[in-house]
Amino acid sequence: MVHIQSIRKRVSIVFSSYLPMVPFLMFALFPFYYMVITALKKDQELYNLKAAPFWISEGLTGSHYSYLITETPYLTWFTNTVIVAVLTTLISVIIGIMAAHSLARLKFRGVDTFAVAIFITYLVPPTLLFLPLSQVVNKLGLSDSIWSLVVTYPTFLVPFSTWLLLGYFKTIPKEIEECAMIDGCSRFQTLIRIVLPAAVPGIICALLFAFTISWNEFLYSLSFISPTENKTLTVGVVAELIRGDVYYWGSLMAGAVLGSLPIVIIYVFFMDYFVSGLTAGAIK
Amino acid sequence: MADVTVKSLVKRFENVVAVNNIDLKIDDKEFIVLVGPSGCGKTTTLRVIAGLEEPNSGEIYIGDRLVNDVPPKDRNIAMVFQNYALYPHMKVYNNMAFGLKMRKMPKNEIDRRVRWGAAILGIEDLLHRKPRQLSGGQRQRVALGRAIVREPQVFLLDEPLSNLDAQLRVQMRTELKKLHSRLEATMIYVTHDQVEAMSMGDRIVVMKDGLIQQIGSPLEVYNEPVNRFVAGFIGSPSMNFVTGVVQERGSHTVVDLDTFSLKMPERSQEVGRAHLGKEITVGIRPEHIYVGENSFQGTSKSQPIEALVEVYEAMGSVVVLELSVQGNNFVAQVDPNTPARSRKSIKMYFDEDRLHLFDLRTGKVLQ
Repeated sequence: MVHIQSIRKRVSIVFSSYLPMVPFLMFALFPFYYMVITALKKDQELYNLKAAPFWISEGLTGSHYSYLITETPYLTWFTNTVIVAVLTTLISVIIGIMAAHSLARLKFRGVDTFAVAIFITYLVPPTLLFLPLSQVVNKLGLSDSIWSLVVTYPTFLVPFSTWLLLGYFKTIPKEIEECAMIDGCSRFQTLIRIVLPAAVPGIICALLFAFTISWNEFLYSLSFISPTENKTLTVGVVAELIRGDVYYWGSLMAGAVLGSLPIVIIYVFFMDYFVSGLTAGAIK
Repeated sequence: MADVTVKSLVKRFENVVAVNNIDLKIDDKEFIVLVGPSGCGKTTTLRVIAGLEEPNSGEIYIGDRLVNDVPPKDRNIAMVFQNYALYPHMKVYNNMAFGLKMRKMPKNEIDRRVRWGAAILGIEDLLHRKPRQLSGGQRQRVALGRAIVREPQVFLLDEPLSNLDAQLRVQMRTELKKLHSRLEATMIYVTHDQVEAMSMGDRIVVMKDGLIQQIGSPLEVYNEPVNRFVAGFIGSPSMNFVTGVVQERGSHTVVDLDTFSLKMPERSQEVGRAHLGKEITVGIRPEHIYVGENSFQGTSKSQPIEALVEVYEAMGSVVVLELSVQGNNFVAQVDPNTPARSRKSIKMYFDEDRLHLFDLRTGKVLQ
């Protein structure tokens, strides 16, 4: 009797929980699936209007990938993107840690207003800011170089990291830091020896989010950098593989697949931290 | 010398005056308890002594040293927090060793002290665990251990037992007292629980609204409260209060309550005469009310007062009764073999020698 009931229970779980997820999964994974098969499709099937677009029927090819890597500066773009993403992430999260700690712990007049003000700067859209920022970049003599991005990405990464870390630091009881100060730490030593180790999940989360945002950024990279070799992935792929009105779909998709891989791998390994980051700061 | 002196301390948080000009002298090796309701300023006072808050005005001395501008780490104090504040990423051993490491003590000295502290508190087996693997009581001991290995001049304890269950709390109270006599250190203890205060303190400082109401030994504060607040706050079940008018009857001053009169204690007769005709507050502790014909064990037996037993609570060693007399309710603490029964009338006797008299308006003891 019990046996049948548990089988029934399992079947009902499949129908009520897992089955409804299938359409959503198909919706979410479809773009990636499409990218992967398009990158492997032979040209004659790709441009054949009569062929079905959802699967491969005429065999696989690696020509798009090899074209991408040998005939375009793809690897240079990849390197540029890695340099920019790593540097901007480190700069922004370090600044964010110091800002968030001060805002969470120091009591001075207007500290709450200041925290809100920092977050509001994050809300100003980059589509407005790229114009004045491109002037700043020119004045600094950084236009057409990836250093223009290293300077401008923190304008949105720092407020974002600060906000995320502020929410996280508030969940760490202040008594721990007070105890450390009685034990002999200065404020800075308290931050390094006590707060950071206790805040590791929040910091990893900030690093991951900042890296992803930086990796995917398009507008500033497009606006500030013209020479092909200096472009980042997102812009390079679009600029070089769309010539006039000709779309090199195979290589475009190959570029997209390779470009998404680092982020996908990071997500897969650090999923728990992402999820905790979404709710960190939600409960004070 | 580890005595602590607080002079004219004022601490404000924006518009709220948390500590309103208090003076306090704590003797070396004393176990003093700051007790009072939430918001009375006791924790703020402790934190100012620790150096975690800056006073708006006033002076703090530890020994002979003025420590107003001395950072917490140089005040030679150790603090135990209500929520223990253990470093979550460190093992128990390192939690206890941290303060000593920061002071660049040699490794073998650190090891000796940590093991000594762990032995005193019975936590030697826990040294390699992390805080999240410990129970509340164990965390409490680690927090204490962290403080004692520092061998500070003064221990500051901020409601350290509040987060423990009732039985553990009682056990830790005794252990703390034993620790105090063993270490011979000055301990400043903050609590809102007057039972803790009474059982642990050499002296008690009763606070309310940022002001010190009374300082004294537990027995002094219990038997001779200086105002209505202290009288009602200390002692459980708390003191009964009722309003009455001072009159002269024959050669005695009495207090006329609604349906009966009580003679003022001998020592208060003179004072009573100075307030004839005035309305005052009379207080009597539950253990000084007796019910039943032959139950009286006090000094000065009042006339019998007919009362109805509203509630009968058997507490084991005593029985607590709520008695009503024409609209006034009294709580009495009586012998377990009392003849009183719920919903039955019985005769009530007050020990008139144990009446407390307070000014109705100011709450101060009648002068």
